Amino acid sequence: MELVVFVLASLMAVVGAVGVVVRRNPVHAAMSLVLTLFGIAVIFVQQGAHFLAAVQVIVYAGAIVVLFLFVIMLLGVDQAEDLSIEPLTVQRPLAAVIGVAMVGLLTGAVLTSDNAVMKSGAGLSSPTLDSPDANVKEIAGSIFGDHVFAFEITSILLLVAVVGTVILARRLPKEEVAK
Amino acid sequence: MSLLAVVEPTTSWFLVLSAVLFAIGTVGVLVRRNPLVMFMCIELMLNAVNLSLVTFSRARSDVNGQSAVFFVLVVAAAEVVVGLGIIVSIMRRRTAASADDLSVLKG
Repeated sequence: MELVVFVLASLMAVVGAVGVVVRRNPVHAAMSLVLTLFGIAVIFVQQGAHFLAAVQVIVYAGAIVVLFLFVIMLLGVDQAEDLSIEPLTVQRPLAAVIGVAMVGLLTGAVLTSDNAVMKSGAGLSSPTLDSPDANVKEIAGSIFGDHVFAFEITSILLLVAVVGTVILARRLPKEEVAK
Repeated sequence: MSLLAVVEPTTSWFLVLSAVLFAIGTVGVLVRRNPLVMFMCIELMLNAVNLSLVTFSRARSDVNGQSAVFFVLVVAAAEVVVGLGIIVSIMRRRTAASADDLSVLKG
């Protein structure tokens, strides 16, 4: 059963990822990205990371892809792109070589690595009927306990990002443009 | 049917899937010229790394990997917001949607 879930979810993820790269229309690429994100969310559930699966669907598929779609629609770049034009002739073969090399090297590293380092942590508690929120509690203990300073810093990061984007994207008043 | 019951995905399988997704994202960034699609490919690479972090978190039975994914999510959201803001402000002056036209940062 685990195998079936893994195969289906990884098929979703890989098909979506290929779709992001080869689709000519940016809207279709964004939809393929959603497919990938859902596939990865399923794998998160399979790995026991239930909280992250929910956050993945809400934040990534919900917020970030919608933001992409908003920008695509606002800018009017939703017409299909002509992918046959290729200003740099060596670019695509080179990119394919780099991609294949990267898969080969990473796979080789994974398959030849020593698995003795695994199973050294304190143990993850998996949700049961008595405590369905075990994963959430564990992550909360980690984020608000060990990493509480980093968590506070992320709030500053988000504030800076929001203020910076508002300043970047605002239209200048007429008199400032004239100067 | 017996094969399905016996074979279970191991840690390496998830890591190989993560490697494949990362490589596809890299190829996308290298090949595509639309800045928005390049951004989506960067998201793809971030997700591949998140997948491997969660995999290691389970393999090592350590929840800190999952909190790292949480922080990656926050930083990715901030990065997308700033990047799309820059793209919007550039596109307001230029109509062409190609990274080749953006070789200088000056609007």
